[in-house]
Amino acid sequence: MNLLNNKKIKFMSINDPHITRLVFLIALWMIFIAITRFGKFYTVLNFQTMASQFPEFGLMALGVMLCMLTGGIDLSVVGIANMTSIIVAFILLSLTGEGGTLPAFSILLVFILAIMIGAIAGIFNGVLVSKLNIPPILATMGSGALFTGISVVLTNGNAVSKFSRAYSQTINNKLGGVIPVQLIFFIVMAVFIWFLLSKTVFGTKLYMLGTSPTAARFSGLKITKLLIKTYMLSGITAALGGMIMLANYNSARADYGSVYTLQTVLIVVLGGVDPLGGKGKISGVVLAIILLRMLETGINRFPHISSYYISLIWGSVLLLVMVLNYFSVNKKPVVKE
Amino acid sequence: MQPSLPTIIKRLSRRNETYVFIVLIGLCLLIEIRSGQFFSSNNLVDISSAMIVPGLFAIGAFLVLISGGIDVSFPALASLSAYATTKLLLVINYNGSIWAAILLALFIGAILGAFNGLFIAFFNLPALIVTLGTASVFKGIMQGALNSKQLTTIPAGMVEFGKKSLFIATNSVSGLTSRMPFAFLFFLLVLALTSFILRYTMFGRGIYCIGGSETSAIRAGVRVKRTKFIMYILVGMIVSVAGIFRASMMQQFHPTNMLGMELNIIAGIVLGGTLLTGGKGTLFGAILGTLLIVVVENSLILIGVPTTFKNIFIGSLIIIGTSVSIYQSTNMNGIGNKKFTKRNAV
Repeated sequence: MNLLNNKKIKFMSINDPHITRLVFLIALWMIFIAITRFGKFYTVLNFQTMASQFPEFGLMALGVMLCMLTGGIDLSVVGIANMTSIIVAFILLSLTGEGGTLPAFSILLVFILAIMIGAIAGIFNGVLVSKLNIPPILATMGSGALFTGISVVLTNGNAVSKFSRAYSQTINNKLGGVIPVQLIFFIVMAVFIWFLLSKTVFGTKLYMLGTSPTAARFSGLKITKLLIKTYMLSGITAALGGMIMLANYNSARADYGSVYTLQTVLIVVLGGVDPLGGKGKISGVVLAIILLRMLETGINRFPHISSYYISLIWGSVLLLVMVLNYFSVNKKPVVKE
Repeated sequence: MQPSLPTIIKRLSRRNETYVFIVLIGLCLLIEIRSGQFFSSNNLVDISSAMIVPGLFAIGAFLVLISGGIDVSFPALASLSAYATTKLLLVINYNGSIWAAILLALFIGAILGAFNGLFIAFFNLPALIVTLGTASVFKGIMQGALNSKQLTTIPAGMVEFGKKSLFIATNSVSGLTSRMPFAFLFFLLVLALTSFILRYTMFGRGIYCIGGSETSAIRAGVRVKRTKFIMYILVGMIVSVAGIFRASMMQQFHPTNMLGMELNIIAGIVLGGTLLTGGKGTLFGAILGTLLIVVVENSLILIGVPTTFKNIFIGSLIIIGTSVSIYQSTNMNGIGNKKFTKRNAV
């Protein structure tokens, strides 16, 4: 009982240096914005806009995080997202009646379909990684190109649009007039993954596999199954990200969001997930997503600063956080030079 | 004693390069049969000239992979360095030869490479994450601080260099001509030099050694930090020159159109038998793998495959190619027991 209590206290207190650092950075940025651009940043509308924008890549980042916990990576998320949104856009196009109406069941239908597409694509990745033993970075790079290729072939490189606006209106809606629907998707997925990671055996196995594959294998974990499940989950979150992209753009195209590939990896690492696997918390990743969205929106409030600076700032924040880690954690090398 | 033929075949069958070579020849033959145009002189020259920039990139990325790292920043590094160089020469109205551009690019590339090297070698941070960060920084400097736009005119020296050709090949059937750019000579030179360094110098052997096992490298007396640092500077210089060549050959400079090449190049190198964990692989294999990707990118149209299928081809090539090579390496080397196959992360 005592042990359980201790564990709980440990969980509640912010003892992770990554989390502390991210909270600190967010607070610092919020204070800076408050001083310089208070009226233009601190509005309900601004926060609503931010909350409706970040779920598209936020969802993808959740998937990348899961894969990275096992010591892998998923570079195919954007490919999966685009492929899903294109197929769904075609379905919506065929369902759109005259006068731009959609049958009532169609939105539920396309979401079920999207989850299936994401799951299949993810299982494909999982099989490549676990059965064929291809290094995850290459397997998902290849499958990402493959999914993008399928999207290009399906659309001939053009955008799919002109389907009923009803879909995009539904997703762009605000629950109770306040909370954007996109955010709900993100919160549901984030809570679901948090639950998986910290409350289920699956999560424990995932961390174990990431910490030491050899130990995991000798303790009798079914690694193949575990990896396939992980990549499947990643595929599903990516597909949901694609669905939100579809709503935000109101069209689908093979090259949408191509910058997200590396951006999601950047977010996950910034969130304190160890690229070698085994370490990382979902709270860190969520904070990293919030930080980056706030940085980007904040920068846009300064009209004379080119929005291109944002990539400079992202990169610098990533490097800064890593160097800070180096000095604070101070991992000693195995042997001194 | 000369090894017997079966021994040679057995040895070759263990090497990835052999398989890539067979696939490459097969693909070339297929294209030749379908179009009759592949082995025409001007197509071969076209492929060679298309190979210059990816080839130089591959040399740089290969060095990093061998040392056990992975570099995704080289297209951004090359873009920034080539853009800064070209822009600077335009601003000062420089009219001399290309050497000024090359030297300037080498200089800027060395600084940017040192930036990578500083984080990776001295702070001992994972190369993938560092280069993700620096790629973002380089892109930000180019598009934000330098406010990059497409340069439709480039300095006269670069124009002249881009137009200079070693020889001109004419297709006897169609009458189409292709020029072999002078830059190809530079590519071969860099290739030869890198190959020499990797094979015959302590520095080059050190890179292999670090990739094999960093701890052992330290024990064996390799100055790991210094070797890595110098290597990243070298990589920065090589890819910067590639950026200048690209601008010269296209007669204009587009700041963003090299971005996104990193994944294909890395895939090509790994297809050619270089381990992602480092320490194992040959420059020959890396170039062969890159050539395979370049041929796929450039020749699909010759067999009547629409360019929209390009991504599908490249994706399948990476997946099938790597799974075949992993299959054969686990089965040929007697460590078919999957329990001990090292699963590499990033």
